[in-house]
Amino acid sequence: MLIEYLPIAILLVISTGLAALIVWIGNTFGPRRPTLRKSLPYESGMNPIGPGTRRMPVRFYLVAVLFILFDIEVVFFLPWAIVFRQLGLFGLIEMFVFIFILLVGYVYAWKKGALEWE
Amino acid sequence: MDLALLLEWIIKSLVLILILLTSFAYLTFYERKALARIQVRIGPNRAGPGGWLQPVADAVKLIFKEELTPAKAYKVIFVIAPMLTLLPALIILAVVPFGSSITLFGRQVSLGITDINVGVLYIMAVASISVYGIVLAGWSSNNKYAMLGGIRSSAQMISYELALGLSIIGPILLAESMSIGEIIDAQRGIWFLFLQPVGAIIFWTATLAEVNRSPFDMPEAEQELTAGYHVEYSGMKFALFFIAEYMKMIAVSVILAALFLGGYRGPFVDQVPLLGPLYLFVKVFVLLFIMIWVRATLPRIRYDRLMAFGWKLLFPLALTNVFLTAVGIILADTYGPAFLWSIPLMSILAFLVVNYLARDRIATASAQAVSFRR
Amino acid sequence: MTSELILFFILAIVAVASAVGMLLSRNAVYAALYLILNFATVAVFYLMLSAAFISLVQVTVYAGAIMVLFLFVIMLLGAEHTGRLSESGWMFWTPIVLGAVLAVEALYIILRQWKAIPATQAAGSDFGAPAAVGLELFQNYLLPFEVTSVLLLVAMIGAILLARSKKA
Repeated sequence: MLIEYLPIAILLVISTGLAALIVWIGNTFGPRRPTLRKSLPYESGMNPIGPGTRRMPVRFYLVAVLFILFDIEVVFFLPWAIVFRQLGLFGLIEMFVFIFILLVGYVYAWKKGALEWE
Repeated sequence: MDLALLLEWIIKSLVLILILLTSFAYLTFYERKALARIQVRIGPNRAGPGGWLQPVADAVKLIFKEELTPAKAYKVIFVIAPMLTLLPALIILAVVPFGSSITLFGRQVSLGITDINVGVLYIMAVASISVYGIVLAGWSSNNKYAMLGGIRSSAQMISYELALGLSIIGPILLAESMSIGEIIDAQRGIWFLFLQPVGAIIFWTATLAEVNRSPFDMPEAEQELTAGYHVEYSGMKFALFFIAEYMKMIAVSVILAALFLGGYRGPFVDQVPLLGPLYLFVKVFVLLFIMIWVRATLPRIRYDRLMAFGWKLLFPLALTNVFLTAVGIILADTYGPAFLWSIPLMSILAFLVVNYLARDRIATASAQAVSFRR
Repeated sequence: MTSELILFFILAIVAVASAVGMLLSRNAVYAALYLILNFATVAVFYLMLSAAFISLVQVTVYAGAIMVLFLFVIMLLGAEHTGRLSESGWMFWTPIVLGAVLAVEALYIILRQWKAIPATQAAGSDFGAPAAVGLELFQNYLLPFEVTSVLLLVAMIGAILLARSKKA
């Protein structure tokens, strides 16, 4: 059981090594002559104005919340899809009820303009 | 656990990474050549015969570039973020078999890292992790453009992940398994592309957005964001983002081939297992060409349209497709396997209906835009 | 068996260390990153209990979706630097009291069950397999599954209302 996942762990370790190697190559072979102008944040040649991180529109938060909720729905679909043939029509109705309730929320979000992006 | 098995796994991992690195290098060359041909140019032809050493020249150039770190950047995260972007691209293919098993040095060696019974979920998990590299790169640069590009890009990725996840349900329903190997085996008779045409289209569109490919390459919109989340990166750290993007292109093509195009399957593959990787290569080659073709043809979509497209069109369509597939399977179980063909019929019908409805919406949207301009 | 035990202890150390790191980081983004590491180790714990499905769902939903929301909220507010907490405010004492209650509860349960710990038995070969989870969920736990959708609906409407009222 666990043994099936060992190759993934090995691949992960080797991949991390590769990524570190690439960063190391860049650090070792590239020249490094920092000046004040080079280390300023890039703002199309202007002097940077204000802090780099600032508050963002709340829409992104809304998208993230909606994503979580529908992502959970997608995750429920996976085991359902595997055993669907065994469940038959019953399974279809079951899932339909589940989705219908969520679709109420989807329609609400649409009507309230949560999916708009101006 | 014996040592030979461990060695086999290590060798297979190294081979996979080497294949990915080589195909990444030549994918950049392939893209530039194909784009040039489409635009009636010649493309890179100076480095080596026919320009075939161009990727090497690119690599050498990037290695000897100076790397800049913005003074106010969060240094540790700034270095970790590009690595975090590369990792998912490298490990996502661990669950996809590249062929059936062959006999090598008297051992039965399966062509693939592993084939777990939750393979599809593994792919979704790795895809959902790949947001972090981008969002952290944007944040740690301490640059307005980078920050906005990172947030935008991650919002785009998570929005299209829903349609992506739902479009994979179709093949799972048909194969009754989440193991990629079993999904490929279930396509022995017929590719799922023909039973799931709409699912394949949704998957393809969503993956284009997921790997930030044109026409969804918003984070790299030079006109508005200079270069998006990697504006402050240079040298090999920039190369890491670049490598990750092209490796993801290859990875999603392989996954699409496995889920909808029968993976490594093809004529005589059971007799000659070595044909498997070859078939897969041809399929991936064609899919990559379509990606390049799309880039050459379609202009970049505006950000508000992009989000509306993902949430209002792709997501409901994917949901409808799942339910129509389920209905088709019930019909087939009740009235005979021929009714499996009701799935493509119904889903294409739904596709056309949604298309028709969306045409109205696009018309009103552009009318509003015109009235706004006046 | 012993190799699994060694793996367990290594992961346990990582899990506890990342949790402590999350609590002690001054920068909220670093705290979120420690929490992601923590979720990842918990996912491996599930894997060791041969619950592969739950393990990957943990990665997809918690590490992949919920933490993206956390990072978004931190970045949207520009609230990376939490600053020093005042050591007498309710924000300092409430978690300590709640944590103490949780610790006492856990100790109570462990001590009460100490004698009655059932002998560990190996899980069946299909335990935790997606098909087994699916059958269990859609046949025996039908009602909780359907009620989940109501919960999700409430969360969705709540989030929309909160975001809207701010904008008006």
